[in-house]
Amino acid sequence: MSEIFNFLIQNEVLIYLLLFTVLLGFEVISKVPSVLHTPLMSGANAISGIVILGAIILIRSTDPENYFTLILASIALFIGSINVFGGFFVTNRMLEMFNKKKKNG
Amino acid sequence: MDKVLFLISAFLLVWGLRLQSDPASASKGNKYASVGMLIAIISAIIMPIENSYDNYSWIIIPIIFSASIGYIIAKKIEMTSMPQMVSIFNGLGGLSAVLLSFTEINKWLSYTELYPQFVIVVLLVSLFIGSVAFTGSLLAFAKLDGYKWSEKLTLPFQHIINLILLVSIIVLSFLFIDNSADTNYLYILIAISLLYGVFFVAPIGGADMPVVISLLNSFTGITAALTGVIFDNKVMLLGGILVGAAGTILTVLMCQAMNRSLLNVLVGGFSSSGSSSKSSEQGDIKEITDSDFAVQLFYSQKVIIVPGYGLAVAQAQKLCKEIQEVLESNDVEVKYAIHPVAGRMPGHMNVLLAEADVDYSKLIELDEANSDFKSTDVAVIIGANDVVNPDAIDDTASPLYGMPILKVWESNSTVVLKRSMSAGYAGVQNPLFFRENNKMYFGDAKDSLQRLSTELKNL
Repeated sequence: MSEIFNFLIQNEVLIYLLLFTVLLGFEVISKVPSVLHTPLMSGANAISGIVILGAIILIRSTDPENYFTLILASIALFIGSINVFGGFFVTNRMLEMFNKKKKNG
Repeated sequence: MDKVLFLISAFLLVWGLRLQSDPASASKGNKYASVGMLIAIISAIIMPIENSYDNYSWIIIPIIFSASIGYIIAKKIEMTSMPQMVSIFNGLGGLSAVLLSFTEINKWLSYTELYPQFVIVVLLVSLFIGSVAFTGSLLAFAKLDGYKWSEKLTLPFQHIINLILLVSIIVLSFLFIDNSADTNYLYILIAISLLYGVFFVAPIGGADMPVVISLLNSFTGITAALTGVIFDNKVMLLGGILVGAAGTILTVLMCQAMNRSLLNVLVGGFSSSGSSSKSSEQGDIKEITDSDFAVQLFYSQKVIIVPGYGLAVAQAQKLCKEIQEVLESNDVEVKYAIHPVAGRMPGHMNVLLAEADVDYSKLIELDEANSDFKSTDVAVIIGANDVVNPDAIDDTASPLYGMPILKVWESNSTVVLKRSMSAGYAGVQNPLFFRENNKMYFGDAKDSLQRLSTELKNL
């Protein structure tokens, strides 16, 4: 019990951050019209690709001789970046269409 | 320096997502978010790391390759395949998280005898959720892309099997943490997690795939956040949680649009009761000829078009716009009624019609459409089925019962464009087709609209 308590105290800021980010995520999305569900899903998906930062940090702190880690992390980076770049480009393409339409109308 | 950059990037991600929930600013929002992401990547590359070897070539080369691949895919992909696209991308994100967690676990194991257990637990959870997101997304993609697997695949005792899988994952995790030298546990753990992803999505019907993808998307977000805890990177944590929360809300919103609970979707609720439905009492259907259809539309006052997935697969959105223009030149009022879950993904129809330059003000949503039908001469249903099924209102035995739908039959007459009499995505027959004031116009949406368009121009 005291261990859990200590953990909570040590990571106080982290837990606040977690709490507020969850609320923020709910709040930011809760009023979105259904028109935007597809682009939003695609956009949020691109953001979830932020996991590649982990791959970058991992690669940078790995011994250059350690090919096992380097290769796996590079593959992770490669695959994750397709998600990030593809996601943002495709979302942009979808949303540009909405814009184009606005100007005509 | 890098801390400031991370802060800016976090702000841009949040603000970008915020802007994306309003049609007017959505495009700007996506740009903000992507700039935020770019800044985050650059900061991760330049930030000072203790004992860093940098290995920049291992970083820059994959990024350049994947950025160009991502760009090409995004340019080439048809707007109709957007749902599949998102699910593939999400699967890749999940796989990336799996590989990363796996590599990181191996690293921790090789470095010290005394690694913090907390780290391994978090990595295992991330590994599990990432695996589920990966195989789940791939199966979702397969279900969306081909009809082959779109039915619910339910094994006998499906729920028990799932439970057993979950329990064995937990047991294996404990075993692995206790005897960390034994990586065999880890491999089995990954295999079962991947399998669980398949079983998780398999019983869910193809029509519910958007909901599942959105849910899996939030899973990927959670893995990103967990990995962020391990790498002690606040932006990863923030971005991941943000997506996790946003994805969850989006999932719930989509379920609400179909008037179903998330649990109901996940257990594969669309089927089971369907067979008992009263679809046996079918009457006669009436077909309409090209010229009759054209004349009927041309001399109407008000026409409402109800597009569905059939329009999307046939790529007929531009023809639709063409017909709209011909009709408008004869002072026919044309509108598009968009059901929140028409197509394979909420907002799918809006994107398609936007691609065909259909004016935003022509699109009306469910409630407005339902009050408009009464004053409509012809409602033209193009490749939609379940979203106009009257059973949803009056047949309690129907699996669609309770879903808010477009009451097209309240207009003077309806014409349904459809390839055949086959049932819709929910697998039920539609009594609308047999109604007195309904006519059928068979054929692929593109061919049908082409015929209609030619006919209209001859008038």
